[in-house]
Order: sequence, then structure tokens, then C-alpha cells
Amino acid sequence: MAGNNQTPTEYIQHHLQNLTFGNHPENGWSMAHSAQEASDMGFWAIHLDTLGWSIGLGVLFLWLFRKAGKAATTGVPSGLQNFVELMVEFVDNSVKDTFHGKSQLIAPLSLTIFCWVFLMNLMDLVPVDILPMLAQKIGVMFGADPAHVYFKVVPTTDINATLGMSLSVFGLIIFYTIREKGITGFIGELTLHPFNSPNKLVQALFVPVNFLLETVTLLAKPVSLGLRLFGNMYAGELIFILVAMIGLWQLPLHFTWAVFHILVITLQAFIFMMLTIVYLSMAVEKH
Amino acid sequence: MNLNLTLIGQAIAFAVFVWFCMKYVWPPVMQALQERQKKIADGLDAASRATRDLEVAQEEANETLRESKEQAAEILDQAHKRSSQMIEEAREQARQEGERMITSAKSEIEQEVNRAKEELRAQVSRLAIAGAERILESSIDEKKHSELVDKLAKEL
Repeated sequence: MAGNNQTPTEYIQHHLQNLTFGNHPENGWSMAHSAQEASDMGFWAIHLDTLGWSIGLGVLFLWLFRKAGKAATTGVPSGLQNFVELMVEFVDNSVKDTFHGKSQLIAPLSLTIFCWVFLMNLMDLVPVDILPMLAQKIGVMFGADPAHVYFKVVPTTDINATLGMSLSVFGLIIFYTIREKGITGFIGELTLHPFNSPNKLVQALFVPVNFLLETVTLLAKPVSLGLRLFGNMYAGELIFILVAMIGLWQLPLHFTWAVFHILVITLQAFIFMMLTIVYLSMAVEKH
Repeated sequence: MNLNLTLIGQAIAFAVFVWFCMKYVWPPVMQALQERQKKIADGLDAASRATRDLEVAQEEANETLRESKEQAAEILDQAHKRSSQMIEEAREQARQEGERMITSAKSEIEQEVNRAKEELRAQVSRLAIAGAERILESSIDEKKHSELVDKLAKEL
């Protein structure tokens, strides 16, 4: 267990607290020393661990794929190239099956989402205490109180990370809708469905109802996209933390849950990618 | 679990990664894939062409083999015919030669016989004249009598 003489609640809370740097109303720009301080910072705070791990993993993914892409030959592909080509073809096929518009962006976007989310989810399989303990050691070297060095390794258990991505996708949905159907088409999509009538007066009555329904539908997309990933990973991480508290018997349980979790992390990455493609193809296609 | 700047940071990182992937990762891999696809298609094409060529060549070879076999049989046939013909010719020649030799021998024999007859006739007439001379002891008109005797001798 990380830290000394913690109660289980403290242990769990410690594990679920991000390493936060932000503008505290009293202390100014500083590291948060407790969950309370972190929430006092409000919006003007950054989760250093989330951003660090996600950017690091994203760079790792791009570096690997760029390396394979640069060395790509038309001959017999070698190990890394083979793997990269497999991923690229898999994503390309998924995109071609679902997205029927023309876009240079969708396929690389999907590849980035799938690999990046997968790598971020994969951090869940690192035993929950290893990296936080390491971070604590480093933090102590810099003179920090070990109890105040928070470290959350899995970026996708941070709702900011998943909502950051799903809101980007939301922006793309709106961009593609307007690009394909024009601003009037976009407004029409929000107001003329699902109820419409040839009678102008009845139609005018339907417009606010339609607008309410369609706005909820539209907003539900990014929210559900981000929350689904966050919820799955958060729950998985929580179970890992709970399992880590039960002493020696955690080993077989850890193993079982980790094996099961391999399925979850891959599936969640795939679902995030597929839903992105589906939403964007819905944005592009005419009804 | 506070919504904060991390969200914006994550969105920016996401955008940068997608841009980088679109710009520098996707195109080379896709290009390599497409080029390999083309290469494989070309290879398969070439393979099927080669198979077709091989079939044609085999057919040609079979054709040539059959032709040459026929030719060989023909040549053998001709040779047989020629040899029997030659034997026949030789036999014919030998027969003709034999016949010729037989006829020439026969005519030679006849000539010999005739010559002997002539000689005999001459001798007989001379003997007859000599005999008559002795008998008559007188000279007789030799010319007259030799004609007579010749006539006699011819009748012999």
C-alpha cells in the first residue's frame, strides 16, 4: 500500500486523486495538497498526471507508427511494419464499412482514437501501486509530503480526458454537418425532425418540440461517448484498487480481473472509435 | 473529479495527434499497402500468364514430338520399301545378265557349229574332188566340176 497507516478509505481516495496544479484562491498557482484544495481550484487547474501520461502515450503511438511508416517497404513486411499495417488495414476497413462520405480525416482520426485510447486504457493493467509509489519517491526527493503526492496513471479514468476527446469529436460532428448540409441544413436538421407537417402552422408548432428533442440527441452523443469510456475505466480501476487492499490473496484475483480487463480495454477503445465513425457518417449522410 | 483545464489540454493534444497521424503516419503506410497490393496483383497476373505460356509450350512440344515420330515412321517405311526394291532390282538384273550370257553362249555355239560345218563342207568337197581325180586319173575341167561338187557339198 502506498503511504503509511492509511485507512482503506484514505487509500482509495488517495488513488483516485489526480496530481493537480492550478490557481488556488488563497495559495495562487501551486500544486494541490489535498482533494479539497484541488476542487477549490475550480476550472483553472491542470491534472499533470493525466496530461503527462496521455501525451506520452500518444507520442509513443505516433513515434512507433511513424517509424514503421517511414521504413515501409512494398516487399515482405517485417514485425513492426506488419503490426502497423494490420492496425491500419483494420481501421481502414472499419471506416470504409461505415463511413460512406469522402474524407481524408476520418481514417487517421479513427486510427489515432483506437490506438491512443487503447494505450491509455492499457495503463490500467500496470499494478495500481507501482507507478504511484515511484512518483511518491520522486516527489519526496523534491521535498514533498508523501501523503500529498497524488498520482493517477490511467488517463481515461479522468473524466477530463474522455470528455476532452468526445467534445473534439462533437466539434467535428458539427463541422461535418455544416460542411455537408450548410448552416441552413444544420438548423433544419435540428428543427424539422422528427415531427413535420405540410401544414405551415402545424409545422411552426412542431419546431420547438423538434428543437428540444434534436438538441438532446445531439448533446447526448459526446456526453455518452465520453462518459461510457470514463465509466468503464473508472470502475475497472476501482476494482483493481479494491483488490489491491486484500493482502496476499489479491494475486489470483488481480490476474483474473486483469485478464477480463484486457477484453474491456480493447472493447472500449474499439467502441469509442466505431461510435466516432458512426456519428460522423450520420453527420455526413442525408436523411 | 473536477472539470478543469485538463479537458482543454486533452482536446488540444488530441487535435495535434490526429493532425500528425493524418499528415505523417497514414499516407506512407497506406501508400506502402497500395503498392504492395499492386505488386501482388502484378505477380499473380504474371504467374497466370506464365502458366498459360507453359501450357502452350507443352502443347507445341507434344505436337513436334508427334510430327517427328510420324516422320521417323515414314522414313523407316521408305527405307524398307527401298531395300526390297533394290533386292528386287538386283535379282532382276542378275536374271537378265544370266539370260544374256546364256543367249550369247548359245549363239557362239551356233557360230562354232556353222563354222565347223563350213569347214567340213569345204574339206568334203576337196576330198571328193581329190577322190574323183584319183579315180578318173585324168584331168577334168576343174572349174566345171568344182561347181558341181560345190552344189553337192551344199546339199550336204
